[in-house]
Amino acid sequence: MEKFTTIQTASVPLNMEDVDTDQIIPARFLKATTREGFGDNLFRDWRYNNDNSLKEDFVLNNPTYSGKILVVGKNFGCGSSREHAAWAIHDYGFKVVVSSFFADIFKNNALNNGLLPVVVSPAFSQKLFAEIEKNPSTEIKVDLENQIIEITSTHQKESFDINPYKKTCMINGYDDIDFLLSLKDNVEAFENQYQKEF
Amino acid sequence: MATTLFEKVWNAHVVQSIENGPQVVYIDKHFIHEVTTPQAFAGLDKRGIKVLRPKQTIATADHNVPTKNQLLPIKEALSRKQVDTLIENCKNHDIELYGLGHPFQGIVHVIGPELGITQPGLTIVCGDSHTSTHGAFGAIAFGIGTSEVEQVLATQCILQTKPKKMRINVDGVLGKGVTAKDIILYIISKISTSGGTGYFVEYAGSAIRSLSMEARMTICNMSIEMGARGGIIAPDEITFEYLRDRKFSPQNFEEVVEKWMQLKTDDDAVFDMEYNFDAADIEPMITYGTNPAMGIRISDTIPNLNDAGLEKALQYMDFQKGQSLIGKEIDYVFLGSCTNSRMGDFRQFCSLIKGKQKAENVTVWIVPGSKQIEQQAIAEGLDKILSDAGMELREPGCSACLGMNEDKIPAGKYCISTSNRNFEGRQGQGARTLLASPLMAAAAAITGKITDVRTLI
Ligand code: SF4
Repeated sequence: MEKFTTIQTASVPLNMEDVDTDQIIPARFLKATTREGFGDNLFRDWRYNNDNSLKEDFVLNNPTYSGKILVVGKNFGCGSSREHAAWAIHDYGFKVVVSSFFADIFKNNALNNGLLPVVVSPAFSQKLFAEIEKNPSTEIKVDLENQIIEITSTHQKESFDINPYKKTCMINGYDDIDFLLSLKDNVEAFENQYQKEF
Repeated sequence: MATTLFEKVWNAHVVQSIENGPQVVYIDKHFIHEVTTPQAFAGLDKRGIKVLRPKQTIATADHNVPTKNQLLPIKEALSRKQVDTLIENCKNHDIELYGLGHPFQGIVHVIGPELGITQPGLTIVCGDSHTSTHGAFGAIAFGIGTSEVEQVLATQCILQTKPKKMRINVDGVLGKGVTAKDIILYIISKISTSGGTGYFVEYAGSAIRSLSMEARMTICNMSIEMGARGGIIAPDEITFEYLRDRKFSPQNFEEVVEKWMQLKTDDDAVFDMEYNFDAADIEPMITYGTNPAMGIRISDTIPNLNDAGLEKALQYMDFQKGQSLIGKEIDYVFLGSCTNSRMGDFRQFCSLIKGKQKAENVTVWIVPGSKQIEQQAIAEGLDKILSDAGMELREPGCSACLGMNEDKIPAGKYCISTSNRNFEGRQGQGARTLLASPLMAAAAAITGKITDVRTLI
């Protein structure tokens, strides 16, 4: 997994609630057997018309907005467990998603792929959307080490929570699987004792 | 200390806890299918490791398989490749595969219970959010992402933060024409699509206790639609009766039942959140919008609220605020998906259409959850009832639930679907989905429009 420390870029705002994973990456694009290339179809049906022309009014197609931070409304990533949703966002080029509320499985999937989900208060989320609207090139700084998100032009900032274990993984680029593999003996000991009980 | 059913099962599976971090949870059964696993196996191959406990993993092909002529090669190249990759991976890793042509093939959440693999007290995961279905047996079951599939294949464990505890009680007696699907759509309409996020939900109360196992599965199946990690129902006589004599039920059944009987929430256990509903308030339900919480009782009208999400949804569905849905013409009916494709659903659907004709304006897709259900439906003569009504029994798979195969609802068309998600484009680009029970689907199939099923029974 890629290492994550600090990032400072402009952002892309998607001010909508309950964005489900079927919108992030529709099922018909889940047929690949590798992890690459999903970014092309990120928000496919919101981004493209049926004839593959761009939908001009969708924010990803608006050249005013750019950057590696996606700012979204609450309950982002609800629905299916498809990790392809996290892959698509990451593959498109985003490193951070900011919301006041994430769906559970999406958040896990993001963390497992070096895509940092930053949970902010509803008030700070409002501020973010307002600032970005006022000035689309506003930069946002996300400092994982210190767990701080900041709107650099106004110096408004907020600290965010992250599970300390997950934080260590993100900063060092560790996978859960490496950690679990290192526990092999404990798992076997557990199995032996567990089988006796059941 | 008094504990909940969920805690009893969870605690028995914790291998170790990481300070300030998640817990390492041991997984008893792992279901896999063709769509969310190729990258996980590729990960194992890259590390040069094998599946740790292949006997605890069970595979099937369901998400993108055709529902006609399943024994012919899959036409679509990408779907074929995914299914072939699954076959290859199962062979390489010594995993039992109930693939196309196998008498046990079917939707992953249908075959697990039907074969008796799903049992009380187990931990079960699968790379599919509706894994929550298996909780109906008093198991902890939840959906996971592909990285987590890889973790489980490699180590038989998963890292998880313990969810909070919620209980939803439904007491009282269900009215005529009201089914498990209506209960869960009603609950979600009250709790919202995010109300359960961070929780594991136990369903309790007299109305839940009275339900068959199939109906309990329908309830647990849709737990994820309120954001919950999963749902669970305490096992009881109905559970044990269902599991007796299933293919993979324990040999020492009576002995095991003694243990299963311990699996319940202590009387004085405390939940972080609790809801109470009265079964008498529930009617046949239908959704009008683009998430499963946008549902109403059939006699109600679409809410009149100022809400950007609602407006966007109504624009997509081409409905108005304050509108009643009764009498609205529809184009498609889909009976299927892991929510409602079991024998009980087929029997209910057929009881209503028996001797009647499908409405001319409607295309009906009837897709059983498994090969065994398909065979049973034929044995009971349901295929005949369906064909007499102008409908056709197809072969098992996820089908129009997510439209990964050819079964897609065309843009702009209305489909009454017994599946679990009405998201934009879920059943096909531009498709308009209305979620409802098999009985409501049957009523629409014969009248050609949205109909309160209670007027027909
Ligand atoms: S039927 Fe639908 S919800 Fe169920 S497993 Fe298949 S795709 Fe998922």
